[in-house]
Amino acid sequence: MTAREHPTEQAADGPPLLEAQELRKSFGATPALDGASLRVRAGEVLAVMGPSGSGKSTLLHCLAGIMPPDSGRVLYQGAELSALPDGPRSELRRTEFGFVFQFGQLVPELTCLENVALPLRLGGMKRKEAERSATEWLERLEVADVAGKRPGEASGGQGQRVAVARAMVTTPKVIFADEPTGALDTLNGERVMQLLVGAAKDTNAAVVLVTHEPRVAAYSDREVVVRDGKSLEVELSR
Amino acid sequence: MGLTLLGLLENGPRHGYDLKKAYDERFGHDRPVHYGQVYSTLSRLLRDGLVEVNGVEAGGGPDRKRYAITSSGVTDVHGWLTTPEKPELYLQNTLYTKVVLALLSGRVAAEVLDIQRAAHLRAMRELTQRKTNGDLADQLICDHALFHLEADLRWLQLTAARLDQLAKEISS
Repeated sequence: MTAREHPTEQAADGPPLLEAQELRKSFGATPALDGASLRVRAGEVLAVMGPSGSGKSTLLHCLAGIMPPDSGRVLYQGAELSALPDGPRSELRRTEFGFVFQFGQLVPELTCLENVALPLRLGGMKRKEAERSATEWLERLEVADVAGKRPGEASGGQGQRVAVARAMVTTPKVIFADEPTGALDTLNGERVMQLLVGAAKDTNAAVVLVTHEPRVAAYSDREVVVRDGKSLEVELSR
Repeated sequence: MGLTLLGLLENGPRHGYDLKKAYDERFGHDRPVHYGQVYSTLSRLLRDGLVEVNGVEAGGGPDRKRYAITSSGVTDVHGWLTTPEKPELYLQNTLYTKVVLALLSGRVAAEVLDIQRAAHLRAMRELTQRKTNGDLADQLICDHALFHLEADLRWLQLTAARLDQLAKEISS
């Protein structure tokens, strides 16, 4: 049994879909990432764990191209994400990545259906077609009944399922989920995780799941721990 | 075991074989009970007046007897169900011992915790998988195990955050 920093080998076969190499990022004099590395393959759910302030959310933001690292590389399908200009990087985020956060991600003025259809509409899809796809995803996430409601009229658990539907509607290749069940009770949190992981597996999407909750991390295939800005992966012999 | 069999008999008389089947279905999970254990338990319950033989089919043999719970048996089951189980205090903690020994010997105590965390998470992953594919009974049994493993894991995380402090106290 070994514990090692900077995992370089895959737990199973297949090239990485997304890879972080030696990421460093500071906010002023405060280092958030200090050489964090990880890899995730298509169809794999990777849990990124660690205490508050360990750098796991910063790592997710760098991986998703939301924030550039000070040094190190993020590779998506072998190409360096951090080297892309803003425009193509935003386009990539909209078409290839999906996001689920703890809360505050749905537009309060739009209905749940319009929220889910929004990423497709932004991509130029006609309303009818976008709303048909959105309806399918709302049904799949078992929240078709809130389609006409605004997010404020739905429960926390329903709202989070709507958010998962919105993340999935573009059939992204990577889903970034940052404490996706943090605001939910155990039963609702479990259902959201089952639906999120189920949808990702069905579409062969990778999931990067940031969580400090072991029960949520237990839905992953593999986990990386971030501590003091460094990533650590433990391999156990069976 | 005896009280569980009595509890199952509250729904109506059963043969020993049916009782074993009912026990395995509801509570056996991966460990079915042996016939011998069911029969020896039933003879003890019979001796103590907690069950009675309610009918014997022709042909003899232990499986021919049908057992029914007696009123004393019902009293015992009721007493058992309404008495709390003693909460487990978990004060004897091998993991704590390992962490202290690692610190005392100058080993990397964080590694002891990391390896244990990975093992716990692997077990939780297997239970989560089983729960996702299972019925409500599976879900409840797995949840019970998952909550206990989670408690251990939270302790591992908390201890990892306090290792420096613990190392200082141990060395002083």
